[in-house]
Amino acid sequence: MTSIAKPPVRHPSLGKNALGFTRRDYEGAMSTLCAGCGHDSVTAALIQAFWELDVPPHRAAKMSGIGCSSKTTAYFMKQSHGFNSVHGRMPSLTTGANAANRDLMYIGISGDGDSLSIGLGQFCHAIRRNVQMLYLLENNGVYGLTKGQFSASADVGSTSKKGEPNIQKPIDPALLALSLGATFVARSFSGDKAHLVPILKAGLKHNGFAFIDIISPCVSFNDHEGSTKSYKHTREHEVDLAPVDFVPLRREITAKQGPDAGVTSVTMHDGSILRFRKTAREYDPTDRGAAASHVRACSERGEVATGLLYVEEGGEEMHALNRTVAKPLVELPFEELCPGNARLQELMAEYR
Amino acid sequence: MATNVSDPQYYHKVVDCQWGCPAHTNVPEYIRLIAQGKYAESYLLNRQANVFPGVLGRTCDRPCEPACRRSRIDGKPVAICRLKRVASDLKGDIEEFLPKDPGFSNGKRIALVGCGPSSLTVANDLRPLGYEVTIYEKRDQSGGLMRWNIPAFRLPPDVLDYEVNAILDTGVEVKYNSPVTSMKELLASGFDAVYVGSGAPKGKELELPGRHDGNAKSVIHIGIEWLAGVHFGHIEKIEPRVLIIGVGNTAMDCCRTARRVGASSVKVVARRNRKYFKASPWELEDAEEEQVEIVENHAPKRFVYDQGMLVGMEFEQLAWTDAPDGTQSSKVLGTTMIPCDAVILAIGQDNSFQWIERDIGIQFDGKWDMPVVDKTTHQSTLPGVFFGGDAAWGPRNIIWAVEHGHQAAISIHQYCEGESVKERPAYGMNLVSAKVGMHAWSYSNDYNPSPRQKMQHEELVKRFESVHTEVELGFTPEQTAREVERCLNCDIETYFTGPLCIECDACVDICPTNCLTITGAGDEADLRTRLSAPARNLDQALYVSDALPQTRRVMVKDEDLCLHCGLCAERCPTAAWDMRKFELIVPLASSRAHATA
Repeated sequence: MTSIAKPPVRHPSLGKNALGFTRRDYEGAMSTLCAGCGHDSVTAALIQAFWELDVPPHRAAKMSGIGCSSKTTAYFMKQSHGFNSVHGRMPSLTTGANAANRDLMYIGISGDGDSLSIGLGQFCHAIRRNVQMLYLLENNGVYGLTKGQFSASADVGSTSKKGEPNIQKPIDPALLALSLGATFVARSFSGDKAHLVPILKAGLKHNGFAFIDIISPCVSFNDHEGSTKSYKHTREHEVDLAPVDFVPLRREITAKQGPDAGVTSVTMHDGSILRFRKTAREYDPTDRGAAASHVRACSERGEVATGLLYVEEGGEEMHALNRTVAKPLVELPFEELCPGNARLQELMAEYR
Repeated sequence: MATNVSDPQYYHKVVDCQWGCPAHTNVPEYIRLIAQGKYAESYLLNRQANVFPGVLGRTCDRPCEPACRRSRIDGKPVAICRLKRVASDLKGDIEEFLPKDPGFSNGKRIALVGCGPSSLTVANDLRPLGYEVTIYEKRDQSGGLMRWNIPAFRLPPDVLDYEVNAILDTGVEVKYNSPVTSMKELLASGFDAVYVGSGAPKGKELELPGRHDGNAKSVIHIGIEWLAGVHFGHIEKIEPRVLIIGVGNTAMDCCRTARRVGASSVKVVARRNRKYFKASPWELEDAEEEQVEIVENHAPKRFVYDQGMLVGMEFEQLAWTDAPDGTQSSKVLGTTMIPCDAVILAIGQDNSFQWIERDIGIQFDGKWDMPVVDKTTHQSTLPGVFFGGDAAWGPRNIIWAVEHGHQAAISIHQYCEGESVKERPAYGMNLVSAKVGMHAWSYSNDYNPSPRQKMQHEELVKRFESVHTEVELGFTPEQTAREVERCLNCDIETYFTGPLCIECDACVDICPTNCLTITGAGDEADLRTRLSAPARNLDQALYVSDALPQTRRVMVKDEDLCLHCGLCAERCPTAAWDMRKFELIVPLASSRAHATA
């Protein structure tokens, strides 16, 4: 919370994107989260990513459920569409919205409670359907809104603020997503924007369900010594796969693409390119099995595997899978959208 | 590597107005006091630094305003000068807080030459310490150029009298009608020190063909002498068509005064274009509002007469070109005659030191025939003689004269105490947290988007009726209330405690003007290339912290556009950022005496 709204004046030399907007134009309402909340940094990274991608705010829809994380959709792109739904039901809402209007860019923001407890089933089925959306899980291992109980992502042995250790095994959302067949799985950290922003941009451009688990520390209830989701612990135990660059298509056309040694490139659906710089460890971001073993191995060593863990661009998202109509429903003439009782009777007759 | 904020000058420089003010007036604090309705306190805080708040609130050259951070935010500085006038106008009875006759003597006698702002400042600073002060004034009134060079429509005499008397009433002896004609004699009268604050009293002459022909004696005037003539009532009218040569602030006072004593057509003629005018932009605007025409790029050549009567002046029309090295060269386009009945020459002022004998140890430089004076101590080559104001290094302005007075007073005190004048008392500072609650600060931290308030002026018809009708009416209470909120409180400083930082980026994300960056260490030139927003204003400092605990990166703040809104501190979960009220302790002769007592 702050005592005043953010002053409307901006730095006069702030850069403008292709739409003529500055970063300030992608801001939303003033955050009411605690000072220092990781979620606010995620918000700032989203603002940066949308600005850099020249996204027209009115072509995006921000979807959320309940929890501290779910409040963050209010804090960026105030000119966008948005729906703050029931606890854990954001994936269904987004599925429905996307089914009706496939032309919008969908950003679902959830937390470890919203996605891994009450909404776990919803989360799984959105992956199965391969809904075209960016799914962010702001993961702090704790129920902040209800004053700091362990969540389903809390590690065994990590302690509450009062010192009590957690005894139940955590659900690792990245592992879960990998095992369910998600085609874009990444993990990042709210405290490292240089890492987070390119991954957000890649996720927004992914063809299908893009899942990013973001370690986003809760400064009020889970940033202490015994926590495994604190700023300090994450920085000390982060194992980053490879620095990622996201290269949008239009810039790539002008740049001469030479054989870049030590760089793995993955071409995205729209022609933009993901570049993985080579690290000491050999890692293939298109090998699902290897990704899963890497995450599991890190977890067993008490480390946090970050980076773009797995990406598969050739998959079919929900509309392709279901061979739906190419236009958003709102653009269809009424006669096409609702062909009338006679056509219904014909259809019914086919099934008799 | 890391910025040393324990040096008072670091935060002082952040307070652009105070840094820009020669006398280091604590501007943000006095504006806050006005906002709280504490006009007397605001006046007294002003008086401590600039001695003449009422006078300066109307006439200051305002070096603070071009420096004001607000002008870099929304294009217009806070009306600092006009708010000073508000404090002065509404201060009420402050008699009991003004300095009194100390009632004792420290046994030292000092002589001040001239009763203008710099001498009066010396008297103001030294009289409370028990010095016996004698001022020698050649005219029969006090105030120096503040009185006979600034017309009454800009500075009412009662405002000046009040502030001059506040000093003189502490037991300062003034010898009126007593021009000093010999420094040797003055020194022989047994003073412990002598201060020369006699200004630059001689208007510059313009020797062109025809300067002394025909009726020149009665229609060609020297600007400052003519203004004095009007002030003392010797001159009551001028011919209908008047040319003013020169375009400094004296020229502005001359042209506007001419409009009030009978001139119907007044033209101010300048050699160069507006960009290079010496007059303050607001004085030019005020003159143009009074239908004074400003003529650019005209160089005077000769005075033209018809049957012994001045009928005009001949000028060369010039075209100026800027050379890449910053100099300008001119080309003559042609010659033109501007008709007129009278001319006022306002092309500058000279010093006049024929009363100082050249064989008594006061060295003069060969080139300008000016005394050799130390820039810091104001001491001449004769140890007991000090110079200040326009007398020291030529014409400047009132606020500089005041600062010279303060510095000279320190020197005189140290000299009389037998100490070295070279060792200057140090600047100090107070830095106290402005936090008064969870999200509450001891200042108004919300940004107010109001535009700069426009001063209301007296109607043209009314103001031309008399030289004594004050033009500026002062701010209304509503205007004052809006203008004080425009101040960005640059003295409430962002204070960073690195070891507390957890690098959550909250401050970086919330800063409305992108002042903050957490990045790898580097030198300043390198850091400036990789901040959250371009840091191109090299006059403004970068704050750089020590290496941060978790990643060894550094916190960098570009001071340039900080709104001092405190959001970084409000969003900081560990109180690594705090807002702290900075107060510069400016050494004065009197405060130093208290410190040693």
